[in-house]
Amino acid sequence: MKKIEAIIKPFVLDPVKDALKEIEIYGMTVTEVKGFGQQKGHTELYRGAEYQIDFVPKTRIEIVVPDAKVEAAIEAICQAAGSGKIGDGKIFVSPVETAIRIRTGERGESAL
Amino acid sequence: MKRGLTFLSLLVALPWAAYAGPADSGDTAWILTSTALVLFMTLPGLALFYGGLVGSKNVLSVLMQCFAITSLVSLLWLAGLYSVAFAEGNGFMGGFSKAMFAGMGTQSLTGTIPEAAFALFQLTFAVITPALIVGAFAERMKFSAMLIFSGLWVAVVYAPVTHWVWGGGWLGEMGLLDFAGGTVVHITAGVAALVAALVVGPRRTFPRTSTPPHNMTMTVTGAGMLWVGWFGFNGGSALGANGSSAMAMLVTHISAAAGSLAWMALEWRKFGKPSVLGIVTGMVAGLGTITPACGFVGPGGALLIGLIAGVVCFNATNLIKVRLKIDDSLDVFPVHGVGGIIGTLMAGFFASTELGVFSGFGFGKGIESLGQQLMVQATGVLATGVYAGVVSFGLFKLTDALVGLRVDEEQEVMGLDLTQHEERGYIL
Repeated sequence: MKKIEAIIKPFVLDPVKDALKEIEIYGMTVTEVKGFGQQKGHTELYRGAEYQIDFVPKTRIEIVVPDAKVEAAIEAICQAAGSGKIGDGKIFVSPVETAIRIRTGERGESAL
Repeated sequence: MKRGLTFLSLLVALPWAAYAGPADSGDTAWILTSTALVLFMTLPGLALFYGGLVGSKNVLSVLMQCFAITSLVSLLWLAGLYSVAFAEGNGFMGGFSKAMFAGMGTQSLTGTIPEAAFALFQLTFAVITPALIVGAFAERMKFSAMLIFSGLWVAVVYAPVTHWVWGGGWLGEMGLLDFAGGTVVHITAGVAALVAALVVGPRRTFPRTSTPPHNMTMTVTGAGMLWVGWFGFNGGSALGANGSSAMAMLVTHISAAAGSLAWMALEWRKFGKPSVLGIVTGMVAGLGTITPACGFVGPGGALLIGLIAGVVCFNATNLIKVRLKIDDSLDVFPVHGVGGIIGTLMAGFFASTELGVFSGFGFGKGIESLGQQLMVQATGVLATGVYAGVVSFGLFKLTDALVGLRVDEEQEVMGLDLTQHEERGYIL
């Protein structure tokens, strides 16, 4: 079981969600976040004065999937969120010890 | 109708102040309406315009400053400043015979309108002028210092200058054309704003990472209210409901439209995008600039005044903020001060009746040539600008000695809403 955390551009959230649905990943947690990577921030102009905006709005999705689906999920996200331009985002994968469905007490992959 | 004609002939036959009939109901109704429109410019127009332009941690402080100035100046106007501005006195200030609005009853008239309407209409001008200055020291001034400075400033700068121009003082006697406050309102406030920016100093983050406007929607809402309210500001300054007030409103509208498009076009060309803040700022520039001229110039003159306002104020804003790096935070001087200066000068020019389609309605009383009128206008600009600059500087130094002008660094970082008022604008 792995947790996949993807930081993506806000406007690709829907395509990413649909792509994950197609490979039968139905649950996700979504958070609006701000930050920067290689893209750095951007500047805005107000009455000709430049304002440096360091933290760019991004969307973070978190999903937990069985080991067998990890590569498919990564590919789906890259396909749906990639534009080939700087600022597309990043994906982080980490191991998850277990999962528990609170309603039934099920554990492990059957709780996903 | 016959009664109306009698009024008119009386008006022609008698000097203005000696008119002693009952108040003209049409004139009175329009001035009462204009009074409401001008108050609406400050609350909530200017408050929202400025409130949107600051960071979200300072939005309440700006709204509060506009509100508190409104209340404070209103009472000072009652106590004695109306008298300093409009009572009989010498060329430089009125006496105190009208302090506490002494002698003002329901039958007292100023021209053809009740004196109560005149005094209240003028009060709304006295309110918005110091409120304009707030934009220069936004996001760093102590609330107590703002109150002390604003109260003193209205007493020592605004009220006397009003007397000079409109209260029977020396500039008015000279034949200065200032229909609705290019010198009285915009030059005094604009120059005081520049002095404020220099004396108070820049925001700690200026110019590298100063906070951008936190709510442009609020700013555009306030800007729209300013445009509408300005009809009362300029149209009401005819002090009657007549051809002069109608023409003042018409040229005001044309100048606002021309100023906004001029600014938008320049920004589009220079920075690649036509910005929302650009178009509304151009509107304010067009409105401020036509203010002194609006009763004296025609629609053609207004078009040129508005276009010139957009171009000159746009470049002035870049010069002050970007090149000279003076943190007049909400650009009060380059828009209002510069607009007031060029508007007062252009009022003299476009008042000429010999400019073809760009003609106006004639020079000031006793003035015969364009050159003479322009000299008087330049004198008005210099006198009000220098006086406002020098006295504002003194008042900031005095306020600094009394309570200190700025909040400390930690308070500035936390924002004025929490540190000055213990409230937040948004709890989301």
